[in-house]
Amino acid sequence: MSIDHLLDEEQLALVEGVREFTQDVVAPVSAKHDKEKSFPYEVIDQMGEMGLFGLPIPEEYGGQGGDYFTLCLALEELAKVDQSVAITLEAGVSLGMMPILKYGTEEQKQQWLPALAEAKQLAGFGLTEPAAGSDAGGTQTKATLDNGTWTINGNKEFITNSGTDITSMVTVTAVTGQDEITTIIVPTDTPGFTAEPAYDKVGWNASDTHPLTLQDVQVPEENLLGERGRGFANFMGILDEGRVAIAALATGAAQGCVDESVRYAKTRTTFGRPIGENQGVSFKIARMQARAYAARSAYYAAAMKIVAGQPFKTEASIAKMVASEAAMDNARDATQIFGGYGFMNETLVARHYRDSKILEIGEGTTEVQLMLIARSLGL
Amino acid sequence: MKVVVLVKQVPDTYEKRSIALDTGMLAREASENIVDEIDERVCAVAAELKKAGTATEVVAVTMGPAGADKAIRKVLALAADSAVHIVDDGLAGSDMIQTARVLAEAAKDADLILSGAESTDGGGGMVPAMMAEILGRAHIPYADSIEVAEGSVTAVTNTDTQKLTLSAATPVVVSLTEKAGEPKLPNFKSIREAKKKDITVTSLADLGVAAGPGAAYVRNVMVSAAERPPKEAGVKVSGDTAATELVDFLATRHLI
Ligand SMILES: Cc1cc2nc3c(=O)[nH]c(=O)nc-3n(C[C@H](O)[C@H](O)[C@H](O)COP(=O)(O)OP(=O)(O)OC[C@H]3O[C@@H](n4cnc5c(N)ncnc54)[C@H](O)[C@@H]3O)c2cc1C
Ligand SMILES: Cc1cc2nc3c(=O)[nH]c(=O)nc-3n(C[C@H](O)[C@H](O)[C@H](O)COP(=O)(O)OP(=O)(O)OC[C@H]3O[C@@H](n4cnc5c(N)ncnc54)[C@H](O)[C@@H]3O)c2cc1C
Repeated sequence: MSIDHLLDEEQLALVEGVREFTQDVVAPVSAKHDKEKSFPYEVIDQMGEMGLFGLPIPEEYGGQGGDYFTLCLALEELAKVDQSVAITLEAGVSLGMMPILKYGTEEQKQQWLPALAEAKQLAGFGLTEPAAGSDAGGTQTKATLDNGTWTINGNKEFITNSGTDITSMVTVTAVTGQDEITTIIVPTDTPGFTAEPAYDKVGWNASDTHPLTLQDVQVPEENLLGERGRGFANFMGILDEGRVAIAALATGAAQGCVDESVRYAKTRTTFGRPIGENQGVSFKIARMQARAYAARSAYYAAAMKIVAGQPFKTEASIAKMVASEAAMDNARDATQIFGGYGFMNETLVARHYRDSKILEIGEGTTEVQLMLIARSLGL
Repeated sequence: MKVVVLVKQVPDTYEKRSIALDTGMLAREASENIVDEIDERVCAVAAELKKAGTATEVVAVTMGPAGADKAIRKVLALAADSAVHIVDDGLAGSDMIQTARVLAEAAKDADLILSGAESTDGGGGMVPAMMAEILGRAHIPYADSIEVAEGSVTAVTNTDTQKLTLSAATPVVVSLTEKAGEPKLPNFKSIREAKKKDITVTSLADLGVAAGPGAAYVRNVMVSAAERPPKEAGVKVSGDTAATELVDFLATRHLI
């Protein structure tokens, strides 16, 4: 159930285009890439051609001149069918490109954004470390500046899009002094930068995630992103936006589970009638639909505040939490509705079941969202 | 070079198609109208010509009922600089000849008219040829690929037995097969730009064309329409006599 009246003609046309693309290009190869744990280069390339990676990027940097809300709409459509592809776009844009767009110098924007906006290249954002996740202030990676050169040493954990053939750079957070965290751009071909072998994940199999090792990595002083010492504040702003995008992705997952369940409940018969004629099943699906709708309402509200330039931090946390829980709950229910078939890896609902759990963890766990919401209440 | 792309709106084939029995016409309200896929491929070819600089102006021309704005906007996002939409009550139930006459009038100042070889719904495959005849121009039918130079067009057409390379001087009409171009989805920037482009809505009077049941050249008129009768149960043949039964069956129907 869409909230069409909140969208303009252009957004509706984009949603329709992405839906068509998802059906024609993404869906046919999703199960294969999931099974083979392979990165869908051919899909990402076409998404680049369609301008999806450049959606919220201004035209002067090779983007489409849309806004963050429009990106969210595209993410929702993609995630109905393939969360791996959707997270590749989400991380590529909101973690890879937005820091450059928001905090980069004119040269940095000109240098990196055009190729990223066409998905000729991908960028990652390295914040999490073995000992610093929710508590990102615990960052241990160190960078020192000598004679105009940064030398970086440390390890990063779980970094999306950091090891594909087209990954051109990763922005890393590093300690640069007492209580001082700074973000620095590291091109992936810099000696000492290593994307270690990919993780064996529960889901998001076709998305690229690696641990990173940075050993005496040297980059020029100009690779500083934003002000020195502002790294912590900057990435917190980036994560707030990213949460809305994750909420959109999670809404897509929740809706994808509804759509599959409706289709199946109408066609699968037991005891001489479709299973959907039992309230035990139809009520379950009705509840799933309500969850997806509530999730969508929450992310639309947060995204509209971003576009309007209003504070949206708490809205983002609420949307992220509500939508990721909706995805997880719907995935569990959809799998149940599919019976034994729901336990088979090749079905879309099984994929959503495996893929959705991370939505409650990445870009701020549910507990972190609760901390932020409580804080907004003065608790 | 000015290029006109012909674009037909057709019912979304994923949805069920139906004929309204009282008028004998396609029940258009029963399904959403979209741009015929073959014409999306035609647009992809036109977009390439524009990118290469060969086409300086691309105009989409469509004839069909009102309410096609969404489909037309898509064409504007894909390739066309502007669009002409011919809407007139007098066109309801048009046959191919009438369609061709009207489209020919609307497209006559083009150096190159590009169309689909056959529409997905009607599938007559004659409209472009008729337009060429009416306009007194050469027609290259069923082209699998085309190359355009200033003043001439060369296209490859494959028949069952031959590969033909055909050239003609402009102005010319070329109808394209699905091999000629891959349909693309418009990006957001072109969707936004399309919103600013002009759609000219034209009537028969504007074009100076007479049409409708009273016009002399209407050849096909729908007299009546009926529901397709349900399939009758077939005849099963089996056992030793199966072959002779089958032969008799075909023979009595003059099929062999
Ligand atoms: C597939 C995948 C992709 C990722 N991509 C990226 C990426 O591109 N870039 C990046 O920087 N990171 C990325 N991450 C990392 C992700 O953001 C972190 O895993 C997440 O923030 C949680 O951190 P952690 O794993 O260290 O868990 P911890 O912080 O160790 O948390 C463990 C548990 O304790 C809970 N907890 C912690 N503190 C509190 C508290 N104060 N009160 C109550 N509960 C608490 C947490 O909610 C959680 O349940 C990715 C992770 C995965 C799995
Ligand atoms: C039963 C019936 C009901 C009909 N009802 C209607 C109606 O309600 N309203 C109405 O307008 N027409 C109606 N038509 C007309 C019909 O749909 C076609 O427009 C016309 O007959 C062209 O035939 P075709 O699609 O077989 O052409 P083809 O020769 O197969 O078409 C080849 C190419 O010509 C171009 N082309 C064809 N038609 C058009 C067009 N209309 N506009 C732009 N380009 C075009 C396309 O590029 C197409 O790929 C009806 C026809 C029938 C038989």
